[in-house]
Amino acid sequence: MNLIETTGSHHGLERDDEARRGAKAMTSWQNNRGARDARIAAGAGLAHGKVVQARDATRLLEAVIRPGDRVCLEGDNQKQADLLSRALLAVDLSRVNDLHMVQSGVVLPEHLDLFDRGVAKKLDYAYSGPQSARIARMLFGGKIELGAVHTYLELFARYFIDLTPHVALIAAVSADRDGNLYTGPNTEDTPTVVEATAFKDGVVIAQVNEIVEQVPRVDIPADRVHFIVKSDKPFFVEPLFTRDPAAITEGQILTAMLAIKGIYAHYGVQRLNHGIGFSTAAIELLLPTFAERLGLKGRIATHFALNPHPALIPAIESGWVRQIHSFGSEVGMDDYIRARSDVYFTGPDGSLRSNRAFCQTAGLYACDMFIGSTLQIDLAGNSSTVTTSRIAGFGGAPNMGADARGRRHPSEPWLKAGAEADPDSPAALRRGRKLVVQIGETFGDKNVPLFVERLDAIELAEKLKLELAPVMIYGDDVTHIVTEEGVANLLLCRTAQEREQAIRGVAGYTDVGRRRDRAMVAQLRERGVIRRPEDLGINPLDADRSLLAARSIKDLVRWSGGLYAPPSKFRNW
Amino acid sequence: MEDLNFQHQVRARASGTRRSAVVGVVASGNLEVLVERALPDAQCVVDIRTAAMGFGEIWSAVIGDFVERYSPGGLKFSINDGGARPDTVSLRLAQAVRLIAEDGQ
Amino acid sequence: MTASLDDVARAQRARRTSFNEASARTRLELMLDAGSLVEFIGPEQREVSPHLRIFDLPEQFDDGIVVGHARLEGSPVFVAAQEGRFMGGAFGEVHGAKLTGLLRAAREIGSIPVLILFDTGGVRLQEANAGELAIAEIMRAVMEARTAGAKVIGLIGGRSGCYGGGGLIAGCCSALAVSEPGRIAVSGPEVIETNRGVEEFDSRDRALVWRTMGGKHRRLLGAADVFADDTVQDFREAALELIGLVGAFGPDRLKAEHERLAGRLRRFGTCKDAVDIWTAEGVADAETVPDLPADRFIALADRIGRTSRDAR
Repeated sequence: MNLIETTGSHHGLERDDEARRGAKAMTSWQNNRGARDARIAAGAGLAHGKVVQARDATRLLEAVIRPGDRVCLEGDNQKQADLLSRALLAVDLSRVNDLHMVQSGVVLPEHLDLFDRGVAKKLDYAYSGPQSARIARMLFGGKIELGAVHTYLELFARYFIDLTPHVALIAAVSADRDGNLYTGPNTEDTPTVVEATAFKDGVVIAQVNEIVEQVPRVDIPADRVHFIVKSDKPFFVEPLFTRDPAAITEGQILTAMLAIKGIYAHYGVQRLNHGIGFSTAAIELLLPTFAERLGLKGRIATHFALNPHPALIPAIESGWVRQIHSFGSEVGMDDYIRARSDVYFTGPDGSLRSNRAFCQTAGLYACDMFIGSTLQIDLAGNSSTVTTSRIAGFGGAPNMGADARGRRHPSEPWLKAGAEADPDSPAALRRGRKLVVQIGETFGDKNVPLFVERLDAIELAEKLKLELAPVMIYGDDVTHIVTEEGVANLLLCRTAQEREQAIRGVAGYTDVGRRRDRAMVAQLRERGVIRRPEDLGINPLDADRSLLAARSIKDLVRWSGGLYAPPSKFRNW
Repeated sequence: MEDLNFQHQVRARASGTRRSAVVGVVASGNLEVLVERALPDAQCVVDIRTAAMGFGEIWSAVIGDFVERYSPGGLKFSINDGGARPDTVSLRLAQAVRLIAEDGQ
Repeated sequence: MTASLDDVARAQRARRTSFNEASARTRLELMLDAGSLVEFIGPEQREVSPHLRIFDLPEQFDDGIVVGHARLEGSPVFVAAQEGRFMGGAFGEVHGAKLTGLLRAAREIGSIPVLILFDTGGVRLQEANAGELAIAEIMRAVMEARTAGAKVIGLIGGRSGCYGGGGLIAGCCSALAVSEPGRIAVSGPEVIETNRGVEEFDSRDRALVWRTMGGKHRRLLGAADVFADDTVQDFREAALELIGLVGAFGPDRLKAEHERLAGRLRRFGTCKDAVDIWTAEGVADAETVPDLPADRFIALADRIGRTSRDAR
């Protein structure tokens, strides 16, 4: 597959064709607007004003969508336009086929059924968590023609350049008769998708849970919305960011202690983003206990680009956290967020306003650190969540976990990291460095090693003939690796060989770890490139669950004063 | 199941007077370690029954590092393993040594 | 003097330690008088299951149960604690025999109470016949011990709950204490769903599972007599309270128990959901019961909840 040809010039040609056809017929520069108006007119017969009954949703899509259209079906990280995806799946194939789906999240089974049935042919996306195994099978089977796997910001950017949707199918909580939309706390991708579609002659169709006289707040103004479909049941939202403290292990607690002392405290990291794994949940739960005893309150972890993680409630309640901007929301956190508007971004109605594009930008430019987990790390520090049977996509981690070359404002951790990486350049001309930290245990689930000589992503790229292996975070962006064996500071490595031994030196009993050069690892430890628990004054036997500020979901509810209402699947009461 | 046995000569006798101790439970990703003060001072034996087959080399490395670090002379360790990760094994062994180092029965 | 200092330290730790999270050994260590536990057939005797090896499964040296004698507030007790993480705390041949033996010792002596810290999913599938026999033997042993004058107290708050044969044995005890995460039933959620369909019981709806089988419901219904907050110290205090409360056992008491259960079925047999039962019992805003903190729930249960104190 030639990525340049399929994603670049080919799409350019589509638009050119349309323009050329128009030029012959009407010598007009507004053909796309005319085409949009024709689509709306075709759908209008099914609508009262803008409102279409749910039972007519498929007929609406047949009227509005043309074969080969680029369609953005709102599959966000959390919020899903599930009614519209089912409606799209049911279209008459003679009227709607070969669509090019552009959507950040491939999450629902229906998203892939579209390709099985032939409604859609081509896919550009960012994240496919729950469908990661099936999407891999379908790519191998040739059922899907893959454009590319993106990061969120990258895909959003392409919505405005060469992947602009003809039709956007979005989801909101409520609409008024004019079409003003209220998205609720899960605003997520909606403003971005609507901006790209509505202002470039596309059609926007929204499914809503209810139609009301007046929406609580206007997240999307009515003039950008062309049809509204009332759904019989609320759109699907998955609780993705809830980590049950009961499942946090002693190993994860030890790793979290090492990160707090070896990195957060060392650099004085105040502005940051956390991944969604158990190791970072452990860090969140150690802030009011372990980190408080180290006297770090107010000095670290004050400003976050972060979803509303329930595990952060104890730190918020203990006065650690000043401000959080969120990509999306989290099931059960609505009342808590509403009551803590000093911390979260909220609308005039009091509920959370999230925005993935802005929060990703904030994570890229305004945070000094990203810390998260991965599935595989190679000897150069490249990491990937792809295995040969699963393609989970990238989501936002690469945007958070990348050094922003356009950054110009200084901060203490950024400058300190820059100085460690390049001590010899004159300070006034030296770039700072974002701290990009990979945290994890040396062996993951089912004793699968975290460290590998060669990423599965490379094998996958060869099999699928991709020009790029799906690497989550490139090694040259990674500054630290933390495992239960210690902290490796890659900024201090001066050669590729040092870097490799620093990684082997924290790789524990994996094959990669056991093949270390012991003498060199000992030298790196003397230089502080590798720091063991004892170098940081931490006894692994102290890594006990009693250190966690909350040890169960119920504890989190107590910390929240009863404001956090966890979904049923996380309850044991 | 796979049975493994390791025997080491060690520098010094483990401290404490307790005769035996048990830590951990046999569950997925976990293990129990029964430690008994049952050998001559310069010896250490580790018997393992594990549900995860083919990890003998890793066990050997984990036990070697443990013996080097803690010098558990006179102790016999019996392990029932439910497929624990090496870091969990190291932690349980250290916990077992700490527990038997206490005074008492 | 040192013993009492040890006990102060023990009580402090016991108050901080979740019963639900703790291992069987930690529960006993922190619940009983400091250093008083003497284990029968401890792990060093390696009295393991004769069946698991045949299935190529890992054994545990104590076969998942600790039995012994100890002191509680200075008085002797027999104790048994199941380890809910080893094979779900399930009963096998050795596991069951250890509990049977303990109860027979209690029968012989007659005056020493028995504490059973249940944490079990029922009978081990790999040794089903031996396990089922063990359940029957234990039920008989419980009744014989009680007849001989020993009080048998069940404490339920572990992660595996008290299911299957464990639920049957719990039903034979003199009295039960339960915490919010504890569950008591015979058929588990998955078993009901498998046999009767997801419409009958959705095992993944954990709020439903807990309001049907969980500690609060069992307390309000009178199946458990004391509700303990989820700390080891609370369970210690619950055990002491129940040892003080339980009266003499004989045929009249058993008859009263049958009448109590028949009356319960008459009153609530047509209820569709636990919330209906709580409402029928006069609980205002019954749907909020699962969210009540322990102190407020205990106050409610003391006011409205039933007990089996005159029966059992």
